[in-house]
Amino acid sequence: MSATIITAGTVPGPAKDVQAARALGRRRHRVNLVVKVLCVVATIIGLLLLASILFTLLWRGATGLSLAVFTQTTKPPGSNGGLLNAIIGTLIQTGIGTLIGAPIGLMVGTYLAEYGRSSPLANAVRFVSDVLLSAPSILIGLFVYELMVQPFGGFSGIAGCIALAVLVIPIVVRTTEDMLQLISPSLREAAVALGAPKWTVIVHICYRTAKDGIVTGILLAVARIAGETAPLLFTSLGNLNWSISLSQPMASLPVTIYQYAGSAFDDWVQLAWVGALLITVGVLALNIVARFALRARS
Amino acid sequence: MQQAVAFSASRASRRGASIGDPIFAGLARASGVLVLLLLGSLILSLFIGGLPAFRQFGAGFLFSVTWDPVHQIFGAGVSVYGTLLTSLLALIFAVPLAFGIAFFLTELAPPWMRRPVGTAIELLAAVPSIIYGMWGFFVIVPIMSQYVEPTLIDTFDGIPVLQDLFAGPPFGTGLFTAAMILAVMVVPFIAATMRDVFETVPPVFKESAYGVGCTTWEVMRSIVIPYTRVSVVGGIMLGLGRALGETMAVTFVIGNADRISASLFSSGNTIASIVALEFPESSAGSLKLASLLALGFILFVISFIVLAISRMLLRPRLKV
Repeated sequence: MSATIITAGTVPGPAKDVQAARALGRRRHRVNLVVKVLCVVATIIGLLLLASILFTLLWRGATGLSLAVFTQTTKPPGSNGGLLNAIIGTLIQTGIGTLIGAPIGLMVGTYLAEYGRSSPLANAVRFVSDVLLSAPSILIGLFVYELMVQPFGGFSGIAGCIALAVLVIPIVVRTTEDMLQLISPSLREAAVALGAPKWTVIVHICYRTAKDGIVTGILLAVARIAGETAPLLFTSLGNLNWSISLSQPMASLPVTIYQYAGSAFDDWVQLAWVGALLITVGVLALNIVARFALRARS
Repeated sequence: MQQAVAFSASRASRRGASIGDPIFAGLARASGVLVLLLLGSLILSLFIGGLPAFRQFGAGFLFSVTWDPVHQIFGAGVSVYGTLLTSLLALIFAVPLAFGIAFFLTELAPPWMRRPVGTAIELLAAVPSIIYGMWGFFVIVPIMSQYVEPTLIDTFDGIPVLQDLFAGPPFGTGLFTAAMILAVMVVPFIAATMRDVFETVPPVFKESAYGVGCTTWEVMRSIVIPYTRVSVVGGIMLGLGRALGETMAVTFVIGNADRISASLFSSGNTIASIVALEFPESSAGSLKLASLLALGFILFVISFIVLAISRMLLRPRLKV
């Protein structure tokens, strides 16, 4: 009884007018439908872009795949070279870059999570690390050029390693700090109660518990630097001859791709596609592995 | 005897603690300080390297649109213009796309679909930028020059401002194409951030809105967006920060020209692309190299400001 009085009398609006209410309802649902469809379309566009990139790489790169790519070094156009020195160069520089950057990143992450927490110094470090995470990588290249190449009079593989190490640090800092903060305090308290000094707790309890997450961060960092071109242009420069000396210019896949893709020779462009396929498959595979490792943990 | 062993062992471990703890803490602290020094020396090295250019051209360096290696006159105007234009244009393309994807992933997609689709979008961010460059140059540029640009030129022909913006020979390369590629590259960053902040909205808020009969879009517009507005802007700024400094992808498609034209289809340069393209042709100690380093310094200042704002906006809601 009272309900009918309210709906019929005191509540203003379309409830009084059934026709208007229906029209409004239809309009609201139409708008809703349009937005939903647009969102699905946006997602499909995003997926198509990824598919287009992968398909282009497979289509152009797979045809040039041969054993020679892995056994021959880069050669002048027209003489059936491979990418061996570029592949080895990328492995060396990525490896050394990670070996230098990851321990530093690990210690910084430890400092932020275990020691500094929210002290002014820790907040400053956290802020700077976040900025470095998204800072243009070409500037890292210029920086290392000023720091190492100009003073020592030449491009070198080690300069490339340092540039990549600078890129590794902030990625590892982020994941390490996040992972260490996830560890339950009771685990730490238990270790402390047994009389373990703080550093032992961190190394033997915290690192061990957070191992998967920390390794994921390092894998993501490897995936990121393996495909970096810009920081290497001014540091390890690239080298069309075989060289694994760290004091000489060193080839790398991305830089070789850059040189070859912009060239006028068909066989070089073809090799650039092969290199692009290799580096993308490697980087994406690393990413997927890292994600699965992290997911298995959480 | 046994007691003595236990005693000395515990003393040894205590000594281990008294030495080990400060060493480890010191190492951790020193690494933290190293990161600060890294950024400090990065800024300083770019500034010192660019000093000859700043001295030579003064504050006018920032606005001068002359880039003339023959007469040794250099200005940042063209590449600063190109950097800002391509990045902002990229955001215009990227933000609606990223919003749609984030909306789909948080509200529309069935649960089994969220993870694979989300991962696929994130993988888009993992593709190296040189791959975007090649894909852009060999796939997108032909499409732009044959279909998109002629169509746009014809469509806007005769409309006062637009006919100047969309004018010129449709080469396919240029600022417009660079912005498109940048948009594709920053979509995953913006979409992932938006998805993460959308997920911070307490379910109770959304449920009560659904409870009074709101449609999905109304919940999004009246509950989720107002609640996450600040962080969404932060996510967009993060995308902008990424776009500003992107090098390899832009280098392939920008066209490398040292002048400003009204048309979006014209060739241009961004700071990152001019540094990558001109660096091999500048000898150590030359004024040109100093100018490139000065450009690097300007780029750093711009992206530092953008990234700092982004972080300030995102930090309260999300650890990014």
